[in-house]
Amino acid sequence: MPTEGAATRPDDPSLADAAASLFGAYLHVPFCRRVCPYCDFAVVAGREDQAERYVAAVTAEIERAEPFPSAPAAVFVGGGTPTRLSPVALARLLRVLERRRGLAPEVEVSLEANPEDWSPAVAASLVAGGFNRVSLGAQSFDSGVLAVLGRRHHPREAEKAVFSAHDAGFASVNVDLICGTPGESPASWRASVERALAAGIDHLSVYALTVEAGTPLSRAVAVGAPAPDPDRQAERWEEAAYLAAAAGLIRYETSNFARPGHACRYNLITWAQGEYEGFGTGAHRHRGGTRSWNVRRLDRYLEAVEAGGKVVSGAETLGPWEQEAERLVLGLRRAAGVRAGAGGGRLEQSEAGRRLSAAGVLERVGDRLRVARPLLGDEVSRAVLALEPADC
Amino acid sequence: MPARSLSPELSLPPTALIRNFCIVAHIDHGKSTLADRLLERGAAVSRRDMREQMLDSMDLERERGITIKAQAVRLHHRAPGGAEYTLNLIDTPGHVDFTYEVSRSLAASEGAVLLVDAVQGVEAQTLANAFLAVEGGLEVVPVVNKIDLPAADADRVAVEIAAVLGVSPGEVLRVSSKSGAGVDELLAAIVERIPPPRGEDSDPLRALVFDSYYDTYRGVVCYLRVRDGRISTGDRLRFLATGESPAADEVGVLTPRAVPVATLGPGEVGYLITGVKEIDRIRVGDTVTRADRPATVSLPGYREPKPMVFSGLYPSDGDQFERLREALEKLRLNDASLSYEPETSRALGFGFRCGFLGLLHMEIVRERLEREYDLDLVATAPSVAYRVVLPDGREQEVRSPQDLPEVRREILEPYVRALVITPSTYTGTVMELLREHRGELSSMQYLTPERVELVYRVPLAEIVFGFFDRLKSSTRGYASLDYEHDGYRAADLARVDILLNAVPVDAFSAIVHREAAYSYGRRLVDRLRGLIPRQLFDVPIQAAVGSRVIARETVKARRKDVLAKCYGGDVTRKRKLLEKQKEGKKRMKMVGQVEVPQEAFIAVLRVDAD
Ligand SMILES: Nc1nc2c(ncn2[C@@H]2O[C@H](COP(=O)(O)OP(=O)(O)OP(=O)(O)O)[C@@H](O)[C@H]2O)c(=O)[nH]1
Ligand code: SF4
Ligand SMILES: [Mg+2]
Repeated sequence: MPTEGAATRPDDPSLADAAASLFGAYLHVPFCRRVCPYCDFAVVAGREDQAERYVAAVTAEIERAEPFPSAPAAVFVGGGTPTRLSPVALARLLRVLERRRGLAPEVEVSLEANPEDWSPAVAASLVAGGFNRVSLGAQSFDSGVLAVLGRRHHPREAEKAVFSAHDAGFASVNVDLICGTPGESPASWRASVERALAAGIDHLSVYALTVEAGTPLSRAVAVGAPAPDPDRQAERWEEAAYLAAAAGLIRYETSNFARPGHACRYNLITWAQGEYEGFGTGAHRHRGGTRSWNVRRLDRYLEAVEAGGKVVSGAETLGPWEQEAERLVLGLRRAAGVRAGAGGGRLEQSEAGRRLSAAGVLERVGDRLRVARPLLGDEVSRAVLALEPADC
Repeated sequence: MPARSLSPELSLPPTALIRNFCIVAHIDHGKSTLADRLLERGAAVSRRDMREQMLDSMDLERERGITIKAQAVRLHHRAPGGAEYTLNLIDTPGHVDFTYEVSRSLAASEGAVLLVDAVQGVEAQTLANAFLAVEGGLEVVPVVNKIDLPAADADRVAVEIAAVLGVSPGEVLRVSSKSGAGVDELLAAIVERIPPPRGEDSDPLRALVFDSYYDTYRGVVCYLRVRDGRISTGDRLRFLATGESPAADEVGVLTPRAVPVATLGPGEVGYLITGVKEIDRIRVGDTVTRADRPATVSLPGYREPKPMVFSGLYPSDGDQFERLREALEKLRLNDASLSYEPETSRALGFGFRCGFLGLLHMEIVRERLEREYDLDLVATAPSVAYRVVLPDGREQEVRSPQDLPEVRREILEPYVRALVITPSTYTGTVMELLREHRGELSSMQYLTPERVELVYRVPLAEIVFGFFDRLKSSTRGYASLDYEHDGYRAADLARVDILLNAVPVDAFSAIVHREAAYSYGRRLVDRLRGLIPRQLFDVPIQAAVGSRVIARETVKARRKDVLAKCYGGDVTRKRKLLEKQKEGKKRMKMVGQVEVPQEAFIAVLRVDAD
């Protein structure tokens, strides 16, 4: 984990590009106390009785995995709610991973946590177990908004979680906030962001509430419940970006802001098209040019692992052009942008690329391309994907 | 061309044992279903291969449940006395837009089976088609269909038909095309009442090309009706109108499968393949004769159908212009009522101004082009053809609003003679509706006490855009409509232009009655505001008559277009989502700096429907 002394700006292009040659590892923990109405991740509620079986299954999956190309430089335990497993169980999984090929010096070890399940004791045990970064799902500091989101914690708990994480020795503390929830006002949003920043976070993620098909939220919207308004979400994001900058957090990706030295390395690997392994239900991996993903259902996953069978449910291998397009799409999410390369040149020449440049959305800086108006980033991505395939 | 073995059972019938007829009716009265029953009885189709509305072979026909193309098929019929008849049947479309298909089919037949739905009774195309058949000198066999329906009133309907044709109700047959009841009696009547074809085997060959299509492997395939003489494989031919003289590579009959035969004699219906691949060398309506012993007098061909509406068709990808041209050429071979000429639009680039027989025809042509020729097209707002009198007194036809001359003495608007048949209880409603559409009553006649025939003079534009839907909905579907061109009249018209981002988009311009200009412009602008997605900048939409803006709206710039993070490294899902959105983009057309969805161009014509 880089220290404050050697602090690199999170939007530093060399930091962004260097992540391409690092190896990451992702561990999925599907358990949640209850399923939030907007959530469409691979999650289960009320199945903690399977926790032990699950840890055993993930252990087996890690042990059977293809050899790693190098020691992981970043480990990310996500969910679900990883803290539905005990700190001991989480530490055990980390050890299993470490046995494969060790961990890189200064490895970043992140986990996601809900303020509900957090306590100074949990925090201390996790640090003792090897975790050094935590991402707290605060979502909002407005209790009305939390209620709409189906979150049961009190705003005060989230704030305390930040403090206790730092006290326990976490080197980096992130807070996730969701903007555009119906019922949120400009003032309540501003207050949420200010409160998170005032708690001394090192990293902030701002996500716009998205209505995902098949969720209770989407069914509610279908019968007339208010849907998030993208214009309001744009305003919220701009407000958050302004406040974060004033607090010394630099935007380095569409939704992510960090103090120097606190960029999330695991995510940098993803955006740099780097390789990573994934373990657990619905986990994704990127190895040797192939992306593949595990079965999402807990029972099927457990049975498959226990029977010694395959847990991969799908895979795709991109051709050279698709890979180049993907490199751009992922890289352009970063404030550092991406080396233009063959595909970037073609993008700039294309009709859509020229329009985006004229509108100030796409920008060239030396040999790099960047998205200067990050809220319109998908427009650029579609323009990339619409380019005719070419040799590269 | 490889020689194929010839089916022995398809040997030549003597003329006296041939009957050529078509089935005509108002739309949905059951023509294609009756054809199914006849096919089951007499065609070379096994029960296993039968399917409903067998002759509706195009995907579009099956999806929409309507016949678009007339379709010929040869059947066998053994009469109770033992005589073996050959029946050539043509199933025709019922929709008013395809009347031209009917008239060509009639020209290949000696008789017409006129079907009338036992519930609906006589409707507008029943009359129109009956008149066409009688005018063509055909023997009409009137039939009440769908007698199995609980609400069927065969007696009443028989009286209606008899009145129209001037025959006795006793001559009207009754069938159920669904159950097959009465179909044998119908077959007997066909053999008995319809005369065999006349024509001399020994005369020089004269055969009428009544349809054609383009086959990728075999080139142009013609459908023929032989009048006199005989056409055989290997004959050197001559097409009288075009002067082409190819050899007959293959002649055959449709069972409905194409089956080669050695020769087709007088009265027979079949197909001809010459190996000609250049489409413009063959013309529907032409007469085929033999080069070595040519006939000199052509058979009466077809009147070129007069298009009712015009619309611009543009490839959404400019590179596809040549492909569109080829596709139009090939499609025209199979749809002689389609006409087109190149045009350019500032907004859409190079394309064609196409003439259609109506909006359904336009829709079908566009869909066939897209499906059968794998094109992606943008259609502009349809328009009728106006005549403009210039200051020097000369007249000029204007098929596209963008061609309307600035300086003019007056604009003449096309009118139609519209025939509406309605249950008498709706007479008031229908008259009111026609008045709203600037119609003038020419005549009114009771076909029976319950059924009224109204004849109006109405501007074509009123009829073509929206009137039919309103007629149907205000009479609960009971009124029916048929129309034909009926001259021009001066009218007070104005062109409404649409400006996107301050740039006029010619493809959206429309010529409308001046009184309606404001409300038309208003609706169009509102509708476009809903259809044009938000862009990277504000897009003003304006409607204008001349330099006067009559309506305006703004599509606000898009502010947020980005999705949340890639959860736990799920890059694939995000890419797939973007790919899908990108596909949606493909259906967009760049007009200046503005992305306009292709539906917007079509939606303009639904402006009256809401
Ligand atoms: N009950 C009943 N339904 C029938 C009969 N004949 C046809 N139909 C139904 O009427 C509908 C229209 O039949 P089609 O044979 O497609 O009618 P068409 O005259 O060929 O229609 P177009 O080609 O579009 O003009 C279908 O749903 C048929 O199943 C009949 O004798 N009895
Ligand atoms: S806590 Fe997170 S993972 Fe669990 S249901 Fe809620 S949103 Fe989904
Ligand atoms: Mg039909």
